[in-house]
Amino acid sequence: MNNIFTIMKKELFRYLSDRRMLLTTILLPGLMIYIVYSIMGQAMSSQFEVKDDYKTSVFMLDTPQSLKPVFDSLNLDYRDADKSMDEMKMQVENQDCDLIVVFPKDFEQAVAAYDSMTAQTPAPQVEIYYNSSKTESASGYSMITEVLNQYESSMINKFDINANADGGYDLASDKDITGKIFSMLFPMLLMTFIFSACTSLAPESISGEKERGTLTTLLVTPVRRSEIAIGKILALSILALLSGLSSFTGTALSLPKLMAMSGDDVGVNVNVYHVQDYALLLMIVLCSVLLIISLISVVSAYAKNVKEAGTYVSPLMIIIMIVSISTMFGNGTPQENYWYLIPIYNSVQCMSSVFLFSVNAVHVMITFVSNLVYAGIFVWVLTRMFNSEKIMFSK
Amino acid sequence: MLEVKGLKKTFKMSKKQQKIEKTKEKIKVAVADVSFDARPGEILGILGANGAGKTTTLRILASVIKADEGQVCLDGADITGNLMDYRRHIGFLTSELKLEDYFTPNYLFDYFSKLYGVGEEQAAQRKKELFEKFGIDKFAEVKVADMSTGMKQKISLVISIVHNPDIIIFDEPTNGLDVITERIVVNFLKELREQGKCIIISSHIFSLIEKICDRVVIIIRGKSVCCDTLENVMAGQPLEDRFFELYENMEGKADE
Repeated sequence: MNNIFTIMKKELFRYLSDRRMLLTTILLPGLMIYIVYSIMGQAMSSQFEVKDDYKTSVFMLDTPQSLKPVFDSLNLDYRDADKSMDEMKMQVENQDCDLIVVFPKDFEQAVAAYDSMTAQTPAPQVEIYYNSSKTESASGYSMITEVLNQYESSMINKFDINANADGGYDLASDKDITGKIFSMLFPMLLMTFIFSACTSLAPESISGEKERGTLTTLLVTPVRRSEIAIGKILALSILALLSGLSSFTGTALSLPKLMAMSGDDVGVNVNVYHVQDYALLLMIVLCSVLLIISLISVVSAYAKNVKEAGTYVSPLMIIIMIVSISTMFGNGTPQENYWYLIPIYNSVQCMSSVFLFSVNAVHVMITFVSNLVYAGIFVWVLTRMFNSEKIMFSK
Repeated sequence: MLEVKGLKKTFKMSKKQQKIEKTKEKIKVAVADVSFDARPGEILGILGANGAGKTTTLRILASVIKADEGQVCLDGADITGNLMDYRRHIGFLTSELKLEDYFTPNYLFDYFSKLYGVGEEQAAQRKKELFEKFGIDKFAEVKVADMSTGMKQKISLVISIVHNPDIIIFDEPTNGLDVITERIVVNFLKELREQGKCIIISSHIFSLIEKICDRVVIIIRGKSVCCDTLENVMAGQPLEDRFFELYENMEGKADE
């Protein structure tokens, strides 16, 4: 037992005493995710946002009388349409003007005469020229299109659906919305972060020691191979857990900002989760970390060097990614117990159920215990590998 | 006393190795037949060309690999009977050791002391003694990354004997060292001999073997062709000439 602690302490010391390693392995992932996601959210939302007092410049040709009051109520800056069509288009192209709206000359009569059931000619055409690369122009296009669509539907209006926008028709609470979004995104993100953390730690600690010959020095000591394997895996799990939690915190804090890029208030609120939800999540993450780190340790022990270990680990990443996106499909988490015996898949589904507030204690227990058993099997395999001179000293 | 009797070790060759060595043989005989004995209070030198089987022999002695045939006995008992106990008696320095950059000599010494089960007080005393002897106390808190090759080799050597073992096995102990550090290592080995330790070193440097060894084992093509006192092995000739004489004899036999 003492030897396990000695090996654990050494592995932890190695990463935690070195500021550069501490920064790159544990602090930076979370910080970078927070900064990148926040900037992305801000940048994306600002890309679709137009200042409130901005006046959309527009060339309006043959505006029908019935629509003039509507357009006048909008924040439009009318330009003199005394130029040729090509000159006006050039201005929109050069982003000097936002829109050109061209109505047919006898628009109101043509609309009144048009019957979609019997008409053999095309419907009257309103042409709107805009420049999608300019936010204001694209926003102006949406605004005019919306006005015209409303005008069109008002002519044939028989009934409305949820006409009152503030009617509170969507009865989903912040909790439901957050749960739905988090349950789809977070299991995948968490598993990816955990796997990345494990990948950055285990090959260096196992293949690296093998490559440097320091593992031989360790194998000559009167320490059991199983103690070496357990000591290393526990230390690496703690580090991977810290790194995974750092990434998780970064994501959780930046997600509301990232979600804001859609322009709407989507109602994501991390405060809907309570201590017991986080405790359950931690339990699932913990057993997943143990499983993944022990798996990567076995792969790393087989590799001759860190580079080769990286090559072997890459396909595992793809498998984990594929399994992790399973929460985005289907309707909720599976109910049958046997699904929770499948490693990785069980963790992903349990995480999803925690985020959805629909945790099944039996499923979590099966996941926790089975993952620990799988990790135990990998520790046993790693011990055998440390004993195998073919694996330890192969060239 | 450490007795080595008829060691044989083979390795399966990967296709890559077969290609490199331009052979179709699937099995490589690393050690064919090696026998010798190492006694307390003497330095035994294992001399051989690259690929002769020196490192494999030392790895078997260090108990990190197992021999296919033959025995290693410590005071008459086969070491495989109680490996953990045997490991407490040996100190092994591999030629391939590259210390981890992140640690200081102080940390590494304490770490290996704990793994060998050395008591805190005893470890502190031994650290003081060894660090002073090798001048490590001057850079005890410097990380390995910032050290020269000589400094690193001193640390490697010291951490392999934190537990004051009876049997010391050093693979190429002076490899890459400058003359001053080599001198310190040589003097230290002599000192250990005075203390009654059983020292086994491997080398392909004739001058080193001539300088410090009491007895010599020459390994050619995986076989120990002689094991005797340095004087008897040299038979009045320089060691290098004697080695090549034996080497040519073996090559001749192999050709026949």
